Amino acid sequence: MHLRNALRAATALSLTMVGAAQAETITIATVNNGDMIRMQGYTDDFTAKTGHEVEWVTLEENVLRQRVTTDITTKGGAFDIMTIGMYETPIWGANGWLVPLDDLSAEYDVDDILPAMRNGLSHDGTLYAAPFYGESSMVMYRTDLMEKAGLEMPEAPTWDFIREAAAAMDDPANDINGICLRGKAGWGEGGAFITVTGNSFGARWFDEDWNAQFDQPEWKEALTFFVNLMNDYGPEGYATNGFNENLSLFQQGKCGMWIDATVAASFVTNPNDSTVADSVGFALAPDNGLGKRSNWLWAWALAIPAGTQKEAAAKEFIEWATSKEYIELVAANEGWANVPPGARTSLYETPEYQEVPFAKMTLDSINAADPTNPTVDPVPYVGIQFVAIPEFAGIATEVSQEFSAVYAGQQTVDEALEKAQAITNDAMEAAGYR
Amino acid sequence: MARAVTPQRKILTTLVAWIIGLLIFFPIFWTILTSFKTEAQAINDPPLFLFFDWTLENYAVVQERSDYMRFLWNSVIIAGGSTLLGVLIAVPAAWSMAFVPSRRTKDILLWMLSTKMLPAVGVLYPISLLFVEFNLLDTRIGLIVVLMLINLPIIVWMLYTYFREIPGEILEAARMDGATLKEEILYVLTPMAIPGIASTVLLNIILAWNEAFWTLNLTAAQAAPLTAFIASYSSPEGLFFAKLSAASTMAIAPILILGWFSQKQLVRGLTFGAVK
Amino acid sequence: MATKASRSAARVMMAPAVVLLLGWMLVPLTMTLYFSFKKYLPMRGDSLENGLDWVGFENYTRFISSSAFWPSVQTTLVMVGGVLAITVILGILLAILLDQPFWGQGVVRILVIAPFFVMPTVSALVWKNMLMDPVNGIFAHLWRFFGADPVSWLSDASLSSIILIVSWQWLPFATLILLTAIQSLDSEQLEAAEMDGAPPLSRFWHIILPHLSRAITIVILIQTIFLLSIFAEIFVTTGGAFGTRTLTYLIFQRVVDSQNIGLGSAGGVYAIILANIVAIFLMRIVGKNLDA
Repeated sequence: MHLRNALRAATALSLTMVGAAQAETITIATVNNGDMIRMQGYTDDFTAKTGHEVEWVTLEENVLRQRVTTDITTKGGAFDIMTIGMYETPIWGANGWLVPLDDLSAEYDVDDILPAMRNGLSHDGTLYAAPFYGESSMVMYRTDLMEKAGLEMPEAPTWDFIREAAAAMDDPANDINGICLRGKAGWGEGGAFITVTGNSFGARWFDEDWNAQFDQPEWKEALTFFVNLMNDYGPEGYATNGFNENLSLFQQGKCGMWIDATVAASFVTNPNDSTVADSVGFALAPDNGLGKRSNWLWAWALAIPAGTQKEAAAKEFIEWATSKEYIELVAANEGWANVPPGARTSLYETPEYQEVPFAKMTLDSINAADPTNPTVDPVPYVGIQFVAIPEFAGIATEVSQEFSAVYAGQQTVDEALEKAQAITNDAMEAAGYR
Repeated sequence: MARAVTPQRKILTTLVAWIIGLLIFFPIFWTILTSFKTEAQAINDPPLFLFFDWTLENYAVVQERSDYMRFLWNSVIIAGGSTLLGVLIAVPAAWSMAFVPSRRTKDILLWMLSTKMLPAVGVLYPISLLFVEFNLLDTRIGLIVVLMLINLPIIVWMLYTYFREIPGEILEAARMDGATLKEEILYVLTPMAIPGIASTVLLNIILAWNEAFWTLNLTAAQAAPLTAFIASYSSPEGLFFAKLSAASTMAIAPILILGWFSQKQLVRGLTFGAVK
Repeated sequence: MATKASRSAARVMMAPAVVLLLGWMLVPLTMTLYFSFKKYLPMRGDSLENGLDWVGFENYTRFISSSAFWPSVQTTLVMVGGVLAITVILGILLAILLDQPFWGQGVVRILVIAPFFVMPTVSALVWKNMLMDPVNGIFAHLWRFFGADPVSWLSDASLSSIILIVSWQWLPFATLILLTAIQSLDSEQLEAAEMDGAPPLSRFWHIILPHLSRAITIVILIQTIFLLSIFAEIFVTTGGAFGTRTLTYLIFQRVVDSQNIGLGSAGGVYAIILANIVAIFLMRIVGKNLDA
């Protein structure tokens, strides 16, 4: 292996001597979401500008997480850029596994990134990943059905009003469910939704001493409300519905309301895919009168794993993909409604974009989310729909599986909460918090 | 099998067999069919059977998004390479087990099979760390070796059972004629075992082609086979049934065709020594 | 016929396979055993270079005392048992059927073995989305056509659904092996029994089944080895929810979701123990058929 190291050193040396203009091939792991797929289509623009080639590894979200996490913890070095989220970034950054993005060029204008996103993707004030797009969550509803029901959606509804509206729009005879929400197991799916619902009901994952809080009345109230709402007015089998399933239901006109990621707005208003494109309205995610709304904050972001040989080229790619120019490129080719949202302040100051129906509500929702202060009662953690500690993904996946079993009618709310409490405390003990 | 059967019975058997065959095949048929629909047609209520505007659009979209040939080529190399390597290593081992058996032969066989009992997820970290250490990550050779090792017990066992059926006298006769061990294996044994070797090769190509844990976790862009290709089409945003069907069809088509052409071989050869 | 020379030649020829498999077994196993006694939380910065803390049997006790452990063992056994029962029983019936003379034997055979060629990920995706989807799946359409409410297969009948999917994949394998065995059955013996007026059931019971016992043993043995480590089908369909978390999947959750390598490695050791218990059990019941 000495020989290999020597070779590597020689290669590195020759590379530095040739200088930064050296054309490289970078490997990027990314998720198979619409905006990322679109970005792959514009790779030629990047290659034309910089000379670097790009190899894409596009994976479904769960497989991607598994793959990049294993790669970063084993220092595999298979990727030069990884697409990761707001949950991973601060944890990985703190471990020194990501290249700090503190020397981005002046034209890139890092201060233009929405403050909420920047904070969420930083650790100790250093940015470790650049947001490709950002999202919060909001209510999407059918304006035609609301009108028929004689109701008007306030800009900032309460959960009680949501229930009332769901009841009014629910129409099983015509295959219309009052409301569609995520019930699918997984911390990023149903787990995220029930956590933000819990936030608005005054529940929290942990108290300030890292004790699990599922034995508290707030959780019981939140979970019971959710289960009743969905059993009464939700679709059959919502226990397996996640973002995609609900998107498809809503696009087929089978939901009166859907509370989910703000990025969905561009899909449900796209007449090519959605049968209800011209009758969708938007509102802030509901609250329960306790001062916290049930909206989350998330970004899919590009990060460079420490140790890559192609750091400079990778940075160039990140600057390209998350730049103002990229947004303009997409806008010019596919219209403003299809640009990656939620990342840059300047986007929301663009007059053309302000005319997009969901632009304002998306920005308001993002601004209404505060990861450093997510719950009614104080908590020791950062993050809204997640808790930014390494153990959370494992715990929350198991907890959300218990909740999904409630949604499927396989156990009671009390049983699930009791198990959730035990699972969480066990895991926190194993990790040495308690 | 020239048993006399009444025509009525033959008609009934034909009917039942075809219904069952079509039922078992239906999921694949439906996937292939859906791959030629538009996304809207794919979720039409009631479901559309043959009467819709057939389109190749999904295949075009999938091909544009991912370079199919590259994944296919990796699958071919990895499945073929691991099988070839496995057979090369297994033939001598199976020969010695079959023709020079000892009291431990059966134990060794069972021990070999038992190496398949450690669940892959349990050794994700050990294997990943080894791959990083030896610079094998995202290389075809790394996957060829891993898949060869995974399937080697099956290969040895299958070959062993075929070799055992070859009468020892033939080998002895060859030896009398002065054949060396190498000649004995090459010119006497192997030709007689060709059908067995062929079905061993087939079964192991199928197993290697369909292995979806290591091929996904140990690759990135260079060595990724069709199992990774399919991982970029499961559950994206929006409607995807038709595109998923197209990608699925592309992923299984090569091996399905290979399997169909060689089904006689498989039917005859897949005995694992079950037939005496 | 085994001379001294051929014995030593045999040893040499067996060496590559044995040495490779020994390495393939020992190296990961040793690492797994090593990790299982260590605190190894990579997300908390633990790594081999920095040295791992020794924690004794803590991972073992934690893994086995978790509320998820025994249910996962049970799920594993139910799943393996269910798939074995379905594939062996249907496999025998199918093999007998395919052995009968009928028109289009070759084509039907191809149709029946086709699922074996489909990669597990694809078959799980196809069953989940195209067949079992409660809104757009074929089953939902069928149910609605007959005026019934569509079933949410993967939540309400989750384990059975997965057993169904896996059985669909493995039925061809069982059928193929059993079919080969049936074809080797001496047809004169059967005809003689038929002449003697033995009813079909009795012919099946006294002639066909005993003849198949060896093939059944092999189907069970090989399938068990593969079924114990079923992963993709669960990952794609339920993600371990609704009582479908097998021991393999539990280990996956500990290793990948929780990033607790020590705990997951201890789970891996338990999985080997379980596999060996199952294997010994199998040998006891069916092992004598393997003598040869």
